[in-house]
Amino acid sequence: MMSDTIELQFTLNGLPKTIAVRSSAMLAEVLRDDLGLLGTKISCNEGECGACTVLIDGRTANSCIVLAAEVDGCEVLTIEGLAAGGELHPIQTAFIEEGAVHCGYCTPGMILSTKALLDRNHDPDSAEVRKALEGNLCRCTGYNRILKAVSRAAGKLRAPSPVAGE
Amino acid sequence: MDVVGKSVLRGDAYKKVVGTHEFAIDGRVPGMLWARLVRAPTGHGRIVSVDASEALAVPGVVSVITAADLPKPMPLYGSVVADQPLLADGTYRYHGEPVAVVLADNDEAALIGAARTRIAYEELPAVVTVADALAHDAALVHDTEGGPRSNVHKAYNYAWGDVGSAEAQCHKIFENTYTFPMIHHFALEPFSVIAWPESGGVQIKSPVQHPFLLRRVVAECLKLELSKVRVVATSIGGGFGSKGYAKYEPLAACLALQTGRPVKISTSLDEAFVTARRLSATVRMRTGFDRDGRILLQQVEADYLMGAYADAGPRITQKAAYVSCGPYRIPNLRTVARAIYSNTTPSTAARGFGMPPLNFALETQMQMAARDLGIDPVEIRLRNLVRKGEQLVPGDIPADGEWSEGLRRAADMLGWDEPLPPGTGRGISIGIKNPIPGSVSNALVKLHADNSLTVAVGTSEMGQGACTVLAQIAAEELGIPMDRITMIMGDTAAVPFDVATAGSRSTVTMGNAVQSACKDVIKQLEDMAKELGLIAADETVQIKGGMVSDGQNSLSFNDIFTRYFSKTQGEVVGRGLYKGEVVAGHPLGGLSDFWEVIFIAVKARVDPATGKVRITKMINVSDIGKAINPLHCKSQEEGGAMMGLGHALMEQMLYDEKGRLRNGSPLDYRIPTTMDIPWEMDSSLVENQDGAGPFGAKGIGESGAITAAAAIAAAVADATGVFFKDLPITSERVWAALSADKA
Repeated sequence: MMSDTIELQFTLNGLPKTIAVRSSAMLAEVLRDDLGLLGTKISCNEGECGACTVLIDGRTANSCIVLAAEVDGCEVLTIEGLAAGGELHPIQTAFIEEGAVHCGYCTPGMILSTKALLDRNHDPDSAEVRKALEGNLCRCTGYNRILKAVSRAAGKLRAPSPVAGE
Repeated sequence: MDVVGKSVLRGDAYKKVVGTHEFAIDGRVPGMLWARLVRAPTGHGRIVSVDASEALAVPGVVSVITAADLPKPMPLYGSVVADQPLLADGTYRYHGEPVAVVLADNDEAALIGAARTRIAYEELPAVVTVADALAHDAALVHDTEGGPRSNVHKAYNYAWGDVGSAEAQCHKIFENTYTFPMIHHFALEPFSVIAWPESGGVQIKSPVQHPFLLRRVVAECLKLELSKVRVVATSIGGGFGSKGYAKYEPLAACLALQTGRPVKISTSLDEAFVTARRLSATVRMRTGFDRDGRILLQQVEADYLMGAYADAGPRITQKAAYVSCGPYRIPNLRTVARAIYSNTTPSTAARGFGMPPLNFALETQMQMAARDLGIDPVEIRLRNLVRKGEQLVPGDIPADGEWSEGLRRAADMLGWDEPLPPGTGRGISIGIKNPIPGSVSNALVKLHADNSLTVAVGTSEMGQGACTVLAQIAAEELGIPMDRITMIMGDTAAVPFDVATAGSRSTVTMGNAVQSACKDVIKQLEDMAKELGLIAADETVQIKGGMVSDGQNSLSFNDIFTRYFSKTQGEVVGRGLYKGEVVAGHPLGGLSDFWEVIFIAVKARVDPATGKVRITKMINVSDIGKAINPLHCKSQEEGGAMMGLGHALMEQMLYDEKGRLRNGSPLDYRIPTTMDIPWEMDSSLVENQDGAGPFGAKGIGESGAITAAAAIAAAVADATGVFFKDLPITSERVWAALSADKA
């Protein structure tokens, strides 16, 4: 409406996607408004809170300040793409098991930041976990349960078979 | 017990981790108009004109509404005093007050339209501090004809004993002034509401903590019957009090009725800073001790600075001052608290209601007395803590726990007596608060023929876990597995009345209502079985696993249903009511249901070169009576404590002299991140089954937010020798104080 339209080709949650978007549209808007992927949360719209975190080529990005045009040719993972075939990813189960989910608004971004961390570092120490999640704000949990969940998820991902629950 | 006392995992967590959990901001309704607000540019002014011509030229913009387009006189809303207009009418009273609203076919057009709407205004003097508001020539925030000529909205007095004659017996009196800044709740989910016309009235979908209170406020504001206002409380993405009372809902409802279309008002996180904040306060406190550290008297003057509209401010002031004695035995007390208007963001409920400023003051006084009198900070508190069964506030319920147990446990878990490394200090504090006195909760429980259950309550789910905990109570009571229980929450057309999801009350008050509704179901099943002659009339029945038995005969619910109602028909509807004790003439309207008491102990390290405070260890303990779900309880403790850590060390809203908010964005207003959390954090629950709730439970929601700041301030004082009386204790303040000390 307000600007030119461009065609965008990228991989979204493992599937090829072609979509026409406004050249000025932010990735978060396109995901939510054009593609109906409402799991990407919007809050600050200025890249400060991390609620809109998605992974672009495996790296975390605040999708509210990334132009949709920038992901042309990239692989984008949103929270909807994490549970393969309906089975929860170990990070998702760890968040549930450790009580790391409260209101749920920061949760998708928090889980994706965790995924980016654990993909590059299978056994992060506490300082590395804190640093990796620094950009994801949570006002409910006090973070303690989230840190426990990350460490539990790391353990699950390292283990060859599923870790038994408590 | 099978379910209660177990850390049952959250019923709503699955949708939250896969991204399908719906929040109000995600909602779209066919034919919906998107609304964005145009806001006042300074703290106080007269609106000369609103120029919407450029906005109306934006494709997609449908209309630009100002006060002139709304009903006359301007509808006002508010839960305590109806003083807030739907849109500023002639005068605006705070930076960010809605002056106009742009309605458009899509959100982008509404946003652009709002940015292109011009307000011509004349500035008026703005009142932004307590001193401004009380100055003899202060501008009036509400300068209404025939109205009061003061910014003091109300004063609340409490007194017992005789402060004057106790004075002479005091060995030492500590007199200090403390300030507690304006704090923003910082819920991550922005305010968002959809309203649409429905059956001669209006339906409102909003992440609101108190749907029934909102229903009343909207009905009063728009002159509708209660039955014509349906509020559907959506799952809340962080509330902390900010989403308790009416915000944009009355305006959305009015616009929906006026346009005949669904209207969605969306806001950004920045706009949340001009929507709600915690009351700031200046507290002058005199506390007199005998030689042994026993409190003999206390005098308090607390000035609570509300924003431009009352919202819950008067009630917050009144309620906090009521417990100005803290958890201590104070034989002589005199407290006056004033609720004062200012040209700032309307202040509302916030975790801990009005307690944090008073708690910070009182606990710092205790810390000073401990040092001055040479008594250990734990010991001086033990000497003053009321014992179980002892009167705290005269005329209210006595202490409902042996609170020394929690205090000792917090100290032990911290390693209170361990030697400290250089530059490190230890601090401990106790927080106390009462829930909503004389409050009402109803619950409906529907037992279906297949041994599944629907529980309908007015409680809102805001991440605290009410949907899980209330289901656990029903599961325990009826012996029905958790996965066969469905919770229906917060839809005023579908669930019975509840006053509020606030004050740590739901587990106790709604929990009691759910429990009593389950007992009603059992009673009805028993009557049905006896009427059918299936169970002997003089037997008591047992209910478990979908079976009713009298020890000899055992019948499934389905058996009873089929025989009583006929095949494929019927359900048993149980009704539960909890009503707190209402007392005529009581300043708060009734008695406390329980006391929420928490204990925080911390170790803090202070870097003298930078003034940076690091919390190296933090212990949270709550006197919880019975933890229905221990994991949820500990999570509440930790979340509350971290919010309190933010209050202690970094958070404050800052205004300039024109009443403009200078740091109203997440970029400029810092809350704790993962980098700020204590290096070591542990939590514990004191469980003596002595609460007023189901299975002896008490509430825990406000928790650490009440007293974390006091514990941290005490640790900083222990480390540096400096008592900070103004929050937040920023690095600058610490550095400046330490540098001044050296000079």
